[in-house]
Amino acid sequence: MNKTVKYVLYDIFRSRILIAYACLLFLISFSLMSFEENPSKGLMSLLNITLIVVPLISIIFGTIHFYNSNEFIELLLSQPFSRSSIFFSQYMSVSASLSCAFIIGMGIPIIIFSPGTIGTTLIITGLLLTMVFVSLAFLSSVFVRDKAMGIGFALLLWFLFSLIYDGLILMLIVSLSDYPIEKLTLILASFNPIDLGRIFVMLQMDVSAMMGYTGAVYKDFFGSSTGMIYTFLIMFLWILWPLLLANHRFNQKDL
Amino acid sequence: MIKIEQLNKHFKRLDVLCDISVFLSKGQVISLIGPNASGKTTLIKCLLGIVKQDSGIIYFNEKNIKGDWSYRHHIGYMPQIERYPDNIQIGQLINMMKDIRNNVNTLPDEELIEKFELNKIFISKTRSLSGGTRQKVSAALAFLFSPEVLILDEPTAGLDPLSIEILREKILKEKEKNKLIIITSHILSDIDGLASHIMYLQNGQLIFFKDINAIKQEVGEDRLSKAIVEIMKQKKSLYKRKNEK
Repeated sequence: MNKTVKYVLYDIFRSRILIAYACLLFLISFSLMSFEENPSKGLMSLLNITLIVVPLISIIFGTIHFYNSNEFIELLLSQPFSRSSIFFSQYMSVSASLSCAFIIGMGIPIIIFSPGTIGTTLIITGLLLTMVFVSLAFLSSVFVRDKAMGIGFALLLWFLFSLIYDGLILMLIVSLSDYPIEKLTLILASFNPIDLGRIFVMLQMDVSAMMGYTGAVYKDFFGSSTGMIYTFLIMFLWILWPLLLANHRFNQKDL
Repeated sequence: MIKIEQLNKHFKRLDVLCDISVFLSKGQVISLIGPNASGKTTLIKCLLGIVKQDSGIIYFNEKNIKGDWSYRHHIGYMPQIERYPDNIQIGQLINMMKDIRNNVNTLPDEELIEKFELNKIFISKTRSLSGGTRQKVSAALAFLFSPEVLILDEPTAGLDPLSIEILREKILKEKEKNKLIIITSHILSDIDGLASHIMYLQNGQLIFFKDINAIKQEVGEDRLSKAIVEIMKQKKSLYKRKNEK
């Protein structure tokens, strides 16, 4: 398994997409951090970019990679490897390489311009989101056979989590404003990894105005540290369940 | 060596394999033939565990292959169409396969690499390969670990006559080492002189599995290709008559 990881990684690192991704992140974060006089403002803008760009790139890169390595997977399948080890080595290599690009692209500027807890939290959030969305990408590419449809489905997931879900929650809150729905929104926020990422950083930042409704409820309910642990755990579940479900399907599938 | 019991597989409504039971033993060179879409490749993929059967059991050395993967140590597979990772060179690909299969006991068998002169193109990338060269690479990979079972899916498609001859000689050599070799091919003259048994599939059904000499006697034809064509005609007319009734 380690050896397959090595070769898949090698393959990924030679494609230019990853380098372009790292450069893009680096340019954005470098310019934002150097133009902004107040580093925490810079971090705020970086957070918003992380929450949109990182999931998008992760999910698209993950799906495309999985479909493109279809034949390579077939080659490995005729070799003495179990399907799970092939699947997990693919996952590990994709998420490791994307994480690496993220650390280079955004981690380094953050460490240069504003080292500290908030910066570190932001980096951790980015890494977690990368892993969650690669996991979701694999889920969609294992379940959908057609490449175009698979990528479409992955994009739909991204749309859902980055735009539609927030809108739905807002609608719910407005229409049910007469009832005590704090706990409900608390639960609902756990169903959206991007929202969780936002809350995870916000709990550190102490900018209540930017927290949004769910973030405020979180802070109120958990306090900072318990809230952090809770969000971290839920994020972890968000990595695990799509991955295990996809692995299960991958084991049953005809390839 | 390989025992298949009542293997069934369907894709959506199409029955690809129906109730196939057969026993393949060491030293046989089996030529798997049949018209297009008769389930040859699916059968091979079931053997490799790439396609999962609906029902039926496959035993490899008396062990059920379901959920097992270690038996593939003993199989060399040359697929019909092969695509490799885009950014890798031939030399790296071969080294990679050596590295991940990691047979400590046996030295890799590089005869085909030398004979196909693959060393010359070691630095070219896999995506720039022509169809024939691709076939050569996958043949070389299948034979690389001197496996006990060789499965070759359309090995001669796209190869030039010289390379076909090299591959033939290699197969004959392996045959003498008492290995089980399964070949599918539409070009019957390629099989002549190689195969010891013929396995004939049609519409997912195993029509017959026979010793080649028996077939030749039965039809009274000495040339294999003629004998097979004769049988195919007979079966077809039989099939038609059945349908008309």
